[in-house]
Amino acid sequence: MAIYEPERMWWNPLSKDERIWVGVALIWMLVSFIFMPIYHVVGSQNPPSETYKVTAEDFDKLVEGMVAKYKVGEENGFPVVHPNPSEPIYVRASMWQWYPVLELEKGKTYRLHLSSMDIQHGFSILPINMNFMALPGYDYVLKLTPTTTGEFHIVCNEYCGIGHHTMVGKMYVK
Amino acid sequence: MANFQFRTDPLSGLKIEKSSENLIKWNVIAALATLAVGGLMALLVALTRWPSVHLLGATNYYRFLTLHGIDALLAWIIFFEVALVHFTSTVLLGTRSYVPWLGWLAFALMLIGGGVINVIVLLGGADVMFTSYVPLKADPIYYLGVILFAVGALLGFIIFFINVTLSKRDGGYKRSLPLGSFGMAAGSIIAVLTLAHGAAIFIPTLLWALNIIGYVDPAAYRLVFWGLGHPSQQINVSAMVAVWYMTAAFVVGSKPVNEKLSRTAFVLYILFINVASEHHLLVDPVLSTWHKIVNTSYMMHLAVLASMIHAFAIPASIEVALRRQGFTRGLFEWLKKAPWGNPAFSGIAISILLFGFLGGITGVIFGTEQFNIIRHNTWAITGHFHGTVVAGTTIAFMGFTYLLIPYIFKREIIWKGFATIQPYLYGVGVATLSIGMMSAGQFGVPRRHYDITFSGAPFSFTFDPAIDMFMSMMGVGGVLAAIGGVLYILISFGSIIFGKKIGD
Repeated sequence: MAIYEPERMWWNPLSKDERIWVGVALIWMLVSFIFMPIYHVVGSQNPPSETYKVTAEDFDKLVEGMVAKYKVGEENGFPVVHPNPSEPIYVRASMWQWYPVLELEKGKTYRLHLSSMDIQHGFSILPINMNFMALPGYDYVLKLTPTTTGEFHIVCNEYCGIGHHTMVGKMYVK
Repeated sequence: MANFQFRTDPLSGLKIEKSSENLIKWNVIAALATLAVGGLMALLVALTRWPSVHLLGATNYYRFLTLHGIDALLAWIIFFEVALVHFTSTVLLGTRSYVPWLGWLAFALMLIGGGVINVIVLLGGADVMFTSYVPLKADPIYYLGVILFAVGALLGFIIFFINVTLSKRDGGYKRSLPLGSFGMAAGSIIAVLTLAHGAAIFIPTLLWALNIIGYVDPAAYRLVFWGLGHPSQQINVSAMVAVWYMTAAFVVGSKPVNEKLSRTAFVLYILFINVASEHHLLVDPVLSTWHKIVNTSYMMHLAVLASMIHAFAIPASIEVALRRQGFTRGLFEWLKKAPWGNPAFSGIAISILLFGFLGGITGVIFGTEQFNIIRHNTWAITGHFHGTVVAGTTIAFMGFTYLLIPYIFKREIIWKGFATIQPYLYGVGVATLSIGMMSAGQFGVPRRHYDITFSGAPFSFTFDPAIDMFMSMMGVGGVLAAIGGVLYILISFGSIIFGKKIGD
């Protein structure tokens, strides 16, 4: 029993039922085990890993440079930016806003740089529900190709203080 | 050996020494007390996230959510596990507690650490959530409290090794530990590794909060914190599985069908889960893709295989035991005639079922590199771990309490009728809550979020209206679970204080 010491010899062969169960479980595990890296090679949607160290000041300069160059309008006090797809684009997280509002073109591939000015934030694009982390001190590069047009929102999903629930940004795909 | 007071428990036949009995009693009492606080916080938080109630203000919501994590995930579970350490390293072997002073030191440190955390969080000095991701800063006292608690817990688990080593000398066992103790041995080994990670991250963070060091790297913090955060859940899994085996043995007299298989499964937990805890970092910057793949999927699946083995071995051993008692008609007579009215038995049955189907399977899915993109930091994650640590570990521990009260506290369970329905009520509540969270998370509803209508935000976003039903499911499940939790606390404390004395 589980509450008593086992008999002297307990290293016994598995019974048929046990062998079948362990075999089936093992095959299932192996399938998942192999499939994830395979999908990483053949699939089109994988978490990126390209990262650079960056200071908040330097990142802010890059963001403002993009805004100054490509600003096409303003919405609720945020600049709306229509960047050139061949240039890097930036999203800046800070307590408690996503800056600026990006206007992207469908089918074009962008390199989106994501960083935080202060503490950790969660970059969640809704309603398509894709989620990445924005950390201070790191520039995370997401290779992004919008496939549907419309209006998207960026919600913060990493707790970042009392205004966390007001941290909502916007993005357009045209 | 003459001065140690042993007694033989009339119900279980266990040989129990006085000082280990007291250690188990007080750790269980502390566990119950912290669950009561953590559970109250849970109810308040659930009622806030239920949109049609939206009870608390933002400040209190985040404050109580932080406290809920600390009390319900850390304090309740670890106090109970330290009680299990004492139980499996002394009572189960029929030998004494060799280092009661160390047991009390560990208990005192955990109590002081837990108390300090509770006070500083309630005073508003640490609205940082359970994860306290830097550079979000709490009062240094908060980190000090965590360190005190963790050192206490570490000593608590070290006692396991001291006791089993000396017990062998006194003939507590000849060659191999009983399976229940073996499971706690796995848990204790994982605990030492895990708590070392805790020290490696919380000590620098404390120094940073005291302005002694200037900078703690946020990415490095996440990496080392999750070396504490997720493997510590594997302590819970090992302890829970040990409780499954022990409860099955106490209640229906079952015997592991194959000791080799069950023990190998515990070894798989020890070997593979520590390196599998990086699925929290799948959508983080910094780490390379192949680093993420190896440290999540590859190792995790071998630990999942271990759980699959237990999922077979425990029901099989229960079936064998019940068939031996004469329930042999057809395929399922044993299942129909199982002691469903015994809350210890129904507790583990519910725990096995919900841990596997709710917690386990979702854990495997959400920990996959690509799926994690659509699950990270959504409410689905919260749903997953309420399926593991609440529907799994907590219900198993609740069930085991109904054995510890007669065996260790020498009291009969009061309110037997309520005790019979308690695990079902709690189980249905937590399952509903967990499924509601996972389904809402599917639509991107974030976790740890005060207001998903985003009032006061510069842009407003409206979720798919389908989430209303899932949010309400969570709320109703939360209320049901709270009723089940209150019943558990009342029955346990009531039995300890007013239950009819057994034996004397």
